[in-house]
Amino acid sequence: MDWQAFALTLRLASVTTAILLAVSVPLAALLVLGRGRWLAGVEAVAALPLVLPPTVLGFFLLVLLGPRTAVGRGITALLGHPLAFSFDGLVVGSVIYSLPFAVQPLVAGFAAVEPALLDAARLLGAGSARIVFTLLIPLARRSLLAAAVLSFLHTVGEFGVVLMLGGDIPGATRTLSILLYNQVENFDYAAADRTAGLLLGLSAAALAAIYIGTRPRGGRRA
Amino acid sequence: MLEIALDARRGAFHLEIECRLVSEWTVIFGPSGAGKSTLLRLIAGLDRPDRGRIALDQQSLTDSANRIYLKPGRRRTALVAQQTALFPHLSVAANVAYGLAGLDGRSRTARVAEMLHVVGASNLADRKPRNLSGGEAQRVALARALAPLPRLLLLDEPFSALDGAASDALLSRLQEWLREHRVQTVLVTHDATDAYATGAEVALLREGRLAALGPATSALAAERERIVGRLGGI
Repeated sequence: MDWQAFALTLRLASVTTAILLAVSVPLAALLVLGRGRWLAGVEAVAALPLVLPPTVLGFFLLVLLGPRTAVGRGITALLGHPLAFSFDGLVVGSVIYSLPFAVQPLVAGFAAVEPALLDAARLLGAGSARIVFTLLIPLARRSLLAAAVLSFLHTVGEFGVVLMLGGDIPGATRTLSILLYNQVENFDYAAADRTAGLLLGLSAAALAAIYIGTRPRGGRRA
Repeated sequence: MLEIALDARRGAFHLEIECRLVSEWTVIFGPSGAGKSTLLRLIAGLDRPDRGRIALDQQSLTDSANRIYLKPGRRRTALVAQQTALFPHLSVAANVAYGLAGLDGRSRTARVAEMLHVVGASNLADRKPRNLSGGEAQRVALARALAPLPRLLLLDEPFSALDGAASDALLSRLQEWLREHRVQTVLVTHDATDAYATGAEVALLREGRLAALGPATSALAAERERIVGRLGGI
């Protein structure tokens, strides 16, 4: 087992999930509490990675973060190295790629909170931030758990964006899914079995955590 | 004094009202669909009119001509509706304390205790809303709305889950507290007896228009005759 790839995958998924929650909670709150047609555009952009082939997204990011664009040159000047083919670059790609998996459960959870509760909070002087932290997050905690687990799992399993943007650098960008691809390409099916089994176990355990955590105590029809 | 001059369309429904409510207690009476709840939401700032002005004690809360719109939490206006909308994950005491973010801990605790006493719910402080009866929840919703000491209290049939005796007792205690704290009150109801019981000024609303405004005996004269006529037929 390549424990370096395993640790890198977990690190990438953890960092991505933390960033996604920090970005997605205010974004989902804006989509639910905000008014205006322009929000439909924001929602569409946030959902785009769902339908865009990962390789396409990876290619765009590779070009954007590379030396051909002002953005890429600016980042390189700022960090001292290009984002492409680095762990930081993978984080950027993963955050964008998994964004809908964090935003959509949160939007559904926040939208399910009774509008009368939000009105009551507004009348009592609560601003948007207080409404998010004292009402939406506690009342939609199951959606928050679902968003965290789905973001984590989706990052663990991503392949196309990682390959396009990060390549295959041991210790820097070689994640479990890249490792599995290499093992199959080298006909090392025994090692591929172990890697695939680990990915399967990780996914099954995380999904079980979601369903246990989000299932109402009295059953779904209670 | 509450001044209202507004025009609001909600689909096919058109609310167009101009009046000045000067009494401490005003009862807005009217059948379902007359626009009573819509009017309260507009006064509370939860909805905006297409055009018009709402002012409380000379201060504009909404004024479309001058582009003034105070957010609901800045109007010092409380609204208690039939749907209590208590925060389900917070205890009764935490619900009542929600609007008291500006007070220090000791003052907040004292105010919560005072408000629960006023509505006769002191024994419910530690309960969660799911463990309250409908009447208890309405008392707590009232305590929560009054805790920040509003200037204007809007009541949208808030005592529907209380039986007659409990409702009368609460109303009497509430009126005393509101008088003491100089809180103007607007009570919406479709029950004519509420209008007579409070001895308030009555605004009769029909199909989005103000049909009458004055003492219950004159504003509801036609309604009274209708009820008496029905009783006479029994």
